Amino acid sequence: MAVLDVEIVAADHFVWSGEAKMVKARTSDGEIGILAGHSPLLAIMAPGELVIDPVDGSRITADVDGGFFSVDSNRVVIVADNAQLRDGVSATAGTR
Amino acid sequence: MGAQIRVYRQKIASTTSMRKIFKAMELIATSRIGKARARVAASLPYSNAITRAVSAVATQSEIDHPLVREPEQIRRAAVVIVASDRGLAGSYSAGVLKQAEQLAELLGKEGKEIEYYLVGRKAQAYFEFRDRSFTRVWTGGTDAPEFATAREIGAAVLEAFATDYEKGGVDEIHIVSTRFQSMVVQVPQVVRLLPLEVVEEEAASEAELLPLYEFEPETEQVLDALLPRYIEVRIFAALLQAAASELAARQRAMKSAGDNATELIKKYTRLRNTARQAEITQELSEIVAGADALNAS
Repeated sequence: MAVLDVEIVAADHFVWSGEAKMVKARTSDGEIGILAGHSPLLAIMAPGELVIDPVDGSRITADVDGGFFSVDSNRVVIVADNAQLRDGVSATAGTR
Repeated sequence: MGAQIRVYRQKIASTTSMRKIFKAMELIATSRIGKARARVAASLPYSNAITRAVSAVATQSEIDHPLVREPEQIRRAAVVIVASDRGLAGSYSAGVLKQAEQLAELLGKEGKEIEYYLVGRKAQAYFEFRDRSFTRVWTGGTDAPEFATAREIGAAVLEAFATDYEKGGVDEIHIVSTRFQSMVVQVPQVVRLLPLEVVEEEAASEAELLPLYEFEPETEQVLDALLPRYIEVRIFAALLQAAASELAARQRAMKSAGDNATELIKKYTRLRNTARQAEITQELSEIVAGADALNAS
């Protein structure tokens, strides 16, 4: 099964990257769920919760306060103004 | 004679204590450069993602947005000058300010008024000393810029850009900062921030072509959200590069200052020794002369 290649970046640091089955984000229009094979999309995120279902490991939740994300050929790049991973997950590059 | 030795001793003592300061500053700058460069690297994923997104929108739709529209007539320009907070960095701040003066001259020739936005106390001091006006100044933390500062600068220039000329707004925005090329080469440069010149990503091959994106909510809103961020990122990148350049310039300046101090200490020590020897010789000859005089009588 195809998987999504997810990358979360914040303004001054790298937050998380990995493979995921599903990404759920809140856009200005409402919630959107992205599975592998989603058509290319560029959307603005509203402040809220970002949920990632990684291929292995438990579900990751992050709080973002705005930003945007792009999806193309199973690659999801989430560009957050400020992203904070909820507890239980250690950030790859550490959050300040 | 005794006075001469004392003078040299004083000079040696003061040069030695100055050398200690130079060495310490050099070490601090060296340790901070690594961190500054790491921050430049850490900001890359974000700026790459934004640049990619902006070029995706650009390739797909003819952008018509206030931020990219070239005004018919440019009457007032804003210049953001990124200098340092502290001195002792060699010609770092002077280089940026010189570049800014050249730009000002060029803009002046084109008949544009100039509004200045300054970053760093050195730039502020330069303007205040010459009694020249500036619109806003940001000081503190030029050697470790925060993203919040970049956001503030971005908001300020965007607001000025959005305002009409008649109400005191500006038609274009330039940023003068220093690009960190390598540890030994830092170049002051001018970049026009607004109106944006969107560089379309060059597709290397068919597979590299950007896909047709759907936009949510609308292309217009996506642009509204993307372009200000793009500007913030450009400003932040400039600030980070400037910070790395400042530290590199300071390290180099302190290194040569320390070397010069060592040279001076060596020179003064030699002079002091000569003076001491001269004094001893004189005393000896006085004693011998005195003894001779006693014997003769």
